[in-house]
Amino acid sequence: MTAIAPAAAPSSSSGLLLLLRLRTFVALILVLGFFSLMAPNFLTAANAVIVTKHVALNAFLAIGMTFVIITGGIDLSVGSIVGLCAMVAGWLVLYGVDSGMGWSIQFNTFEIGLIVVLVGIFVGTINGLLITRLNVAPFIATLGTLYVARGAALLSSGGRTFPNLNGNPDYGSETFAFIGTGTILGIPVLIWMLVVVGLLASYISRRTPLGRHIYAVGGNERGAALSGVKVNRVKMFVYMFSGFCASLVGLIIASQLQASHPATGETFELNAIAAAVLGGTSMSGGRGRIGGTIIGAFVIGILSDGLIMMGVSSFWQTVIKGVVIIAAVVIDQAQQKLQARVALQQEAAAGR
Amino acid sequence: MSVEPPIGLSIRGGVKVYPGTRALKGVDFDLRMGAVNVLVGENGAGKSTLMKVIAGVEDLTEGRIEMQGREVRFRDKADAVKHGIGIVFQELNLFPNLTVAENIFIGREPTRGGVDIDREAQRRETRALMQRLEQDIDPDTPLGLLRIGQQQIVEIAKAVAQDARILILDEPTSALSAHEVEVLFRVIAELKSQGVGIVYISHRLEELIRVGDYITVLRDGTITGARSMEGVDIPWIVRAMIGDSSKDFPRTEAPIFGAEVFRAEEITLPREGGGYTVDHVSLSVRAGEIVGLYGLMGAGRTEFLECIMAQHPHSTGRFFVEGKPLTERHVAGRIDRGIALIPEDRKRDGLVQIMAIRENLTLSALKRFTKAFHLDLKAEATTAMEFVKRLTIKVASPENPVSSLSGGNQQKVVIGKALMTGPKILLMDEPSRGIDIGAKAEVFRTMRRLASEGLGILFVTSDLDEVLALSDRILVMANGRVTGDFPAGADAAAVISATAPTASKGAAA
Repeated sequence: MTAIAPAAAPSSSSGLLLLLRLRTFVALILVLGFFSLMAPNFLTAANAVIVTKHVALNAFLAIGMTFVIITGGIDLSVGSIVGLCAMVAGWLVLYGVDSGMGWSIQFNTFEIGLIVVLVGIFVGTINGLLITRLNVAPFIATLGTLYVARGAALLSSGGRTFPNLNGNPDYGSETFAFIGTGTILGIPVLIWMLVVVGLLASYISRRTPLGRHIYAVGGNERGAALSGVKVNRVKMFVYMFSGFCASLVGLIIASQLQASHPATGETFELNAIAAAVLGGTSMSGGRGRIGGTIIGAFVIGILSDGLIMMGVSSFWQTVIKGVVIIAAVVIDQAQQKLQARVALQQEAAAGR
Repeated sequence: MSVEPPIGLSIRGGVKVYPGTRALKGVDFDLRMGAVNVLVGENGAGKSTLMKVIAGVEDLTEGRIEMQGREVRFRDKADAVKHGIGIVFQELNLFPNLTVAENIFIGREPTRGGVDIDREAQRRETRALMQRLEQDIDPDTPLGLLRIGQQQIVEIAKAVAQDARILILDEPTSALSAHEVEVLFRVIAELKSQGVGIVYISHRLEELIRVGDYITVLRDGTITGARSMEGVDIPWIVRAMIGDSSKDFPRTEAPIFGAEVFRAEEITLPREGGGYTVDHVSLSVRAGEIVGLYGLMGAGRTEFLECIMAQHPHSTGRFFVEGKPLTERHVAGRIDRGIALIPEDRKRDGLVQIMAIRENLTLSALKRFTKAFHLDLKAEATTAMEFVKRLTIKVASPENPVSSLSGGNQQKVVIGKALMTGPKILLMDEPSRGIDIGAKAEVFRTMRRLASEGLGILFVTSDLDEVLALSDRILVMANGRVTGDFPAGADAAAVISATAPTASKGAAA
């Protein structure tokens, strides 16, 4: 993490508190250590890249989800946005846009990427408008768009897969596969993308008024509004950003598989929520860090991949994942209590 | 009265200490049965604490409660209910989605075999209760459909249904229309004749004189007057309430008022169900002037401030800042024009409790530290520290959550947040609410200093002392209208009588 830690509380009396604060990090080191010992070949550069590629998809979604949850909302539609965006990408690569007059418009890779991202942001905008203008509860609004987007994805192909998305050199779309499979300086493109999005989100959350406002809205919406925070604008942003993150995932998956299937991304939203919560994001809003979320995504990803390498049944993996999430939240509660007590003690000591 | 009614409950040497304040300082209180025991005092005088002690919500730190000569201890509210004590809070504790009968029997539903609710029995008993209170309310009506006054009767019925021999009514008339007040008084008379001892808390002095048999006046946690109501008049009550020597927050220098910084013209906010919450209010504030807006709860003062802060899109009227019309429709725009609000409810409206002290201080003024979209954290921290020092906020570290501070220091953070936006007019809603005496004095000194620096201050208070001592000009609001305009040093009784103009003019339903 790059951010400058705001002057830490002077010699916070308990090392326990520090340990709890860094618990996601500790969990990461523990799972890393565990699998390095238990699974041969786990701690190799090749495997690291593979794991990171797996994690990256969930991490994108979790970053967007973190912002949404910090404002006190939830975005259930991200998995469907992934599916819809994958289908849009597939359609554009295969058919372009039919003008209805016997000829069609074809796009190069960059333009396809741009359009797909706009589709994701568009669905996010719908979420935002439903929540801010029509006062629909975020859970319901995004549950609705979950179904609508998934249905639209299925309709686009009649439920079939768009195969062989190889692109066409004549249109400049032959590089489509590069997004998901290409490398720059030996590191996959999608990891570079994750680094950029992660840094951007972290910067927004810590060093811009917008980021501060996101936390304020989640902490006390009324209070924030009375302090001059444009609550609706903040909410619009987080849902649009979440849609943006989801569209990247759709694009990457279509490009990786060179095919797009309308069921892509089902239940992805749950993994994203899990990563955010594991990273210390509070479901009641106001608390959470991008860095924590990314670590959370890695813990979940390493857990799945490591267990596979150890040959543990995927049914057990599901159980273990659930236990880890619950444990994370229980520890989080303990930390909150301890932190409040330490702060009170400090104030009491300074007060008189 | 020839025969004194019996004493049903008494408190001897009652002391209640909260962290930082002594709410009750050795109180002796007698509650007479079959009579209306009126309790009066300013906000923070200790009335509510005293009532909470009687109702079992709070425990006395020292002293004892006696009933029929024996000492009793209430472990909790349910215990007090068993001793026949019922309380109707100002904020009603009812469920609008349930019927009248269900509300009355909530938590102790009559059942068949412990499972199946005996609706018929509920209805029957509710009907009997309503008859006893001479009310025509159908047990099956959803409570939400009743008028506030009727809801209050339901709350009273709930207490009576639990065999309350002592009934505490906390400001029961504050939300009632004149007609509903009459109904309530009939119910009170009815209960009185049945031997119920009633404690009646209100700020409306005429009402107290009319309904009360005994009066007890509290000031700063001590009883300053307790007697039978015979011969009591408003000046006596006022004297007992605020004492002969007014608390002093004196001006150190002669006020210098500048040009008008803020003017409101014909501000109107319609009330749901007809009438106005804010009824054509016009006023102005000059630079360096402290204007006190006094009145009872529900007079429309808070709503008026909220109109200024663009919280009520349905309000009409015009505002001017330094002579130029205020057309911005959003809070942020109004803050930019130099308006800052310090809300009444710090916890709900003023602060983001889980954020750091620094982050709360700068929340409204982030623009100051922002270039393009980049937030300069160093400049922010420096300025936050500056304000912490300037307002003498006692903090261990500005990075601690604001919830770790005491009420007074939290209030200073809210004031700091408002000042950081560089306001021209400061709106303060009950700035001394929920903070102890020492912190109050500091807040008042700060207000004085800010005014002398040329800020216009409009502050709302329900504390007569405060408004008399602090204001350069006193405006009184009642029923949404400005009903009085007094210069500094006005007569307390005149100010009080302006708060209840309905008593003389008759009802405005």
